[in-house]
Amino acid sequence: MIEPKTSKKICGMGHRMKRKEDARFLHGQGTYVDDIKLPGMLFMDIVRSPYAYAKIKSINTEKALEIPGVLAVITGETLKEYNLHWMPTLMSDTQMVLPTDTVMYQAQEVAAVIATDRYAAADGIEAVEVEYEPMKAVVNPHKALDADAPVLRTDKEGKTDNHIWHWESGDREGTDKLFEEADIVVKENIYVPRIHVASIETCGCIADFRPATGKLTVHLTTQAPHAVRTVIALVAGHVGLSEEKVRVISPDIGGGFGGKVPVYPGYVIAIAASVVIGKPVKWIEDRSENLQADSFARDYHMVGEIAADKDGTMKALRIKTLADHGYTDAAANPSKYPAGMFSICTGSYQFENAFTEMDAVYTNKPPGGVAYRCSFRVTEAVHAIERMVDVLAQELGRDPAELRMQNFIQPDQFPYHSPTGWEYDSGNYPAALQKAMDMIGYDELRKEQAEKRARGELMGIGVCSFTEVVGAGPSKDFDILGIKMFDSAEIRIHPTGKAIARFGTKSQGQGHETTYAQIVAEELGIPALHIEVEEGDTDTAPYGLGTYASRSTPTAGAAAAKAARKIRDKARKIAAHLLEVSEEDLDWEPGKFFVKGAPDKSTTIQDIAFAAYTNHPQGMEAGLEAVHYYDPPNLTFPFGSYICVVDIDKQTGEPKIRRFVAIDDCGNIINPMIVEGQIHGGLTQGLAPAMFEELIYDEDGNILNGTFMDYLLPTAVETPHWETGHTITPCPHHPIGAKGVGESPTVGAPPAIANAIVDALSHLGVTNIDIPITPFKVWKILKEKGVTNA
Amino acid sequence: MIPPAFDYHAPQTLEEALSLLDEYGDDAKILSGGHSLIPMMKLRLAQPEHIVDINALTELEYIREENGVIYIGGLTREVALEESDIIHARLPLVSEVLPLIADPQVRNLATIGGNLAHGDPGNDHPAVMLALGATIVAQGPEGKRSIHINDFFEDFYMTALEPEEILTEIQIPVPPQGSGGSYKKLERKVGDYAVAGVAAQVTVDGSGACTSAGLALTNVHYIPFKVTDGEDVLVGSKLDKEAIEKAAGIASEQCDPSNDLRGSVEYKRAMVLELTRRALRDAANQARG
Ligand SMILES: Cc1cc2nc3c(=O)[nH]c(=O)nc-3n(C[C@H](O)[C@H](O)[C@H](O)COP(=O)(O)OP(=O)(O)OC[C@H]3O[C@@H](n4cnc5c(N)ncnc54)[C@H](O)[C@@H]3O)c2cc1C
Repeated sequence: MIEPKTSKKICGMGHRMKRKEDARFLHGQGTYVDDIKLPGMLFMDIVRSPYAYAKIKSINTEKALEIPGVLAVITGETLKEYNLHWMPTLMSDTQMVLPTDTVMYQAQEVAAVIATDRYAAADGIEAVEVEYEPMKAVVNPHKALDADAPVLRTDKEGKTDNHIWHWESGDREGTDKLFEEADIVVKENIYVPRIHVASIETCGCIADFRPATGKLTVHLTTQAPHAVRTVIALVAGHVGLSEEKVRVISPDIGGGFGGKVPVYPGYVIAIAASVVIGKPVKWIEDRSENLQADSFARDYHMVGEIAADKDGTMKALRIKTLADHGYTDAAANPSKYPAGMFSICTGSYQFENAFTEMDAVYTNKPPGGVAYRCSFRVTEAVHAIERMVDVLAQELGRDPAELRMQNFIQPDQFPYHSPTGWEYDSGNYPAALQKAMDMIGYDELRKEQAEKRARGELMGIGVCSFTEVVGAGPSKDFDILGIKMFDSAEIRIHPTGKAIARFGTKSQGQGHETTYAQIVAEELGIPALHIEVEEGDTDTAPYGLGTYASRSTPTAGAAAAKAARKIRDKARKIAAHLLEVSEEDLDWEPGKFFVKGAPDKSTTIQDIAFAAYTNHPQGMEAGLEAVHYYDPPNLTFPFGSYICVVDIDKQTGEPKIRRFVAIDDCGNIINPMIVEGQIHGGLTQGLAPAMFEELIYDEDGNILNGTFMDYLLPTAVETPHWETGHTITPCPHHPIGAKGVGESPTVGAPPAIANAIVDALSHLGVTNIDIPITPFKVWKILKEKGVTNA
Repeated sequence: MIPPAFDYHAPQTLEEALSLLDEYGDDAKILSGGHSLIPMMKLRLAQPEHIVDINALTELEYIREENGVIYIGGLTREVALEESDIIHARLPLVSEVLPLIADPQVRNLATIGGNLAHGDPGNDHPAVMLALGATIVAQGPEGKRSIHINDFFEDFYMTALEPEEILTEIQIPVPPQGSGGSYKKLERKVGDYAVAGVAAQVTVDGSGACTSAGLALTNVHYIPFKVTDGEDVLVGSKLDKEAIEKAAGIASEQCDPSNDLRGSVEYKRAMVLELTRRALRDAANQARG
């Protein structure tokens, strides 16, 4: 651990400061959207489609309108009058707000009931009579491109198939050539299934339009309030919602994980209803609606291939992917990256060449493809490469850790240019893996495994050495709907030396109120406890693109440091004035300027702040504040090595994680406790898809596990004890050398677990098991191989 | 997730509760822990017009031992059973099932009476009560009657209780010296209903021969399933490997599980086979002392 530079009182970087936000959460005094109650507020509930694909023949609202308390039923036809029945997605596709003629997935919004209370609204939706004519749904993405597959997006003129886009990265010919010449080629189908972020707080909003002022305030569960404000102004400008009249407030958020980036139809309907009725309208999804209709994540069908020399040198990588996007492309990727950062798929290894291509298709499933705690499709990429390295190791009869060591990009090769065009900023992969191996006692475990195998017992060890790519991103490449992906900080120092700092990001549990305060404390020497951090209100916060993709520290965190440094520059001038010396004669230590060679001649940042309002130099502007919009020069590349040990019950197929060691490198650490918390949470969210979670559909497109009874989220009981550790390789281009950490564990854990379970069965000829790896799946293999007598 | 309107009644005495049930009959539902009923109401799968909340009838919350019988009040919470010395000392089988039912939050409120009255083949108590040969006491407008557990589960979510009856008591004969019991449950995660569950209760005599056996299954049949043929194989045997294997085979063959997200029919039969082996082995070891 690196010694903090600041005192405990200042609590800058490196201090295990308790989270400032926790007191209010632990006292039950957080304010989430559903906690907000406005006078005269109405309630909305949504009628949803029981079919995955159907024509709407009629919607009869008469009986619903007879229910006491029901005020209005909104349908696609109602919205069509205002041209609000369709909206753009973040990927420049289009999505229905409410349908006028066809529903495209089960649980799609069909109509909305507005009522004076929540109960009447619920009765109202039961009473809306919708007549459907079901059609044969396209559910299997592999069949979506068949010639006889029905064309789903008939709303798009001239569309003759279900293909959305083709994307590729790398050098096709060069890669193919290496494959033709290779000693060894391994190939595997790998599916990363459709899952859901399932945050504890579902989505919802209160749309509050005041006819007298023409101002719309939306209290919204969003990770990106500013972007939403702009989208509202662009989409609804024609009905009078001009951007200065729109205020988006994102209050406390109970988990986002990417699921609160998109704009959902429910938000738009509530806004339309409030504008038309002139009263606040609250809409809060219930759990099943959230699970069944909101943005899914993953759902990539991949075919991975590695070409290698006999000695294990990896030469080339090829991955071909089919991406199931549901009925519209409503993913949340930067504009130029329809497949997100998937091309990071060469991972931590040196390949001479690589090529990856992807086709995205429409199916009758909910739209989405959000980055669930992963920076834009990195989870899928890491799963592919980390599984494939193990497949190669198995083919070669090599130890998977040793094969990784042989092929790692070496520490002296950074900055490293990957064959798919990334410039990795920094890394030390062998050190992280070695540390993990030492911590878990790798060699001993391999011995134990050999002994157990001889006795017929099933034990496996799985390794994963991932490379992440986060912190989107440099404005030359990264934008969402044209808005560049910078982020911002605005810091104001009050006369008594306390501060308020506002950001364009939005915490959903990451602890920004603490980490940002620590960054400012580090730079200015003002105690972190004296720095109030505010986010989420577009009327007060500087413009920013929000929090997702582990981007807050790389962008807004950098902006905080930069803005603080601007303040320090001005503070230096004031200090020179106060101490009656020239600026060059001053040195800084956290919290004060002192005269070089005369440390007792000093002035504190608090004195300087007071002077900025009471005694500032003539000709200088009063006040002490700064804004910074940070445009990162590159992305950041956190990495880590995880090792998992599993034991499998031969009779029931239950895999049990015995140990799990996670070594992470996220560059310089701001608050070790928050980093550990992020890693524990992320590992658990990596365990979940590895062993439990998957959204399952039948052949008619009906969701089979649309509640938490069957959509399995692990609890503390299923979660193993996580053993964590770190290495520190500072980011060379970030002002404080930090890289971002929230997503690494979610990205790295699934392949470590899958590799361990496959490893336990590898002697039976098993090379891959698609996640989630359930006891049932394992038992089927054991049965087939004649291992179990149950 | 919001139920339609209903009338709510909170009787303070058993007579009052019974008269409300008598008045509303089929239109009423008894509410005890609410952990099965309320989810069904929220999903609008159950739409009772009247709720008769019997939670004030604390006289139905007790655990007593008298003359070789354990008496458990119908409204006794799972958590009270978990904390009961009588249960741990006398009924190891029940003691083993308790932590496997749902999760602590659910067990704080859920009742053993509700668990049995719900008639859900996925609930865990029914198999346990079948293995222990319990008796259910029901009280209706015409008074009390006793129903042997073997006659209690009639159909899918259907029990021998009439809509006007309250399950007031469960009576379990204390197993004699030389007994042992075990419950094995395979679940996908904590709080899940069983992929398969097996309750086994056996008694052996001085020579190690089995004098009585109870064997019943959870969630692999349209009702909680008592494996009578398996029990017959065990009685008279030495509970050796061969007898256990045979009984487990019978359990696995005779149950009738369905294909669902918890697994295929074949898998569930295999799990019944393995869990029955494990439950019987543990029960037999306990019985032998
Ligand atoms: C998340 C979750 C997980 C669960 N997992 C399990 C599990 O693993 N194993 C398991 O066994 N159970 C499980 N349960 C069910 C739980 O144990 C239920 O609470 C129990 O089955 C019903 O008991 P209750 O007191 O809550 O009954 P209620 O929900 O109040 O009633 C259930 C039914 O029984 C009737 N009823 C209730 N009491 C009486 C009475 N005294 N006389 C006559 N009729 C009555 C009611 O009218 C209703 O029809 C789970 C529940 C939840 C919510």
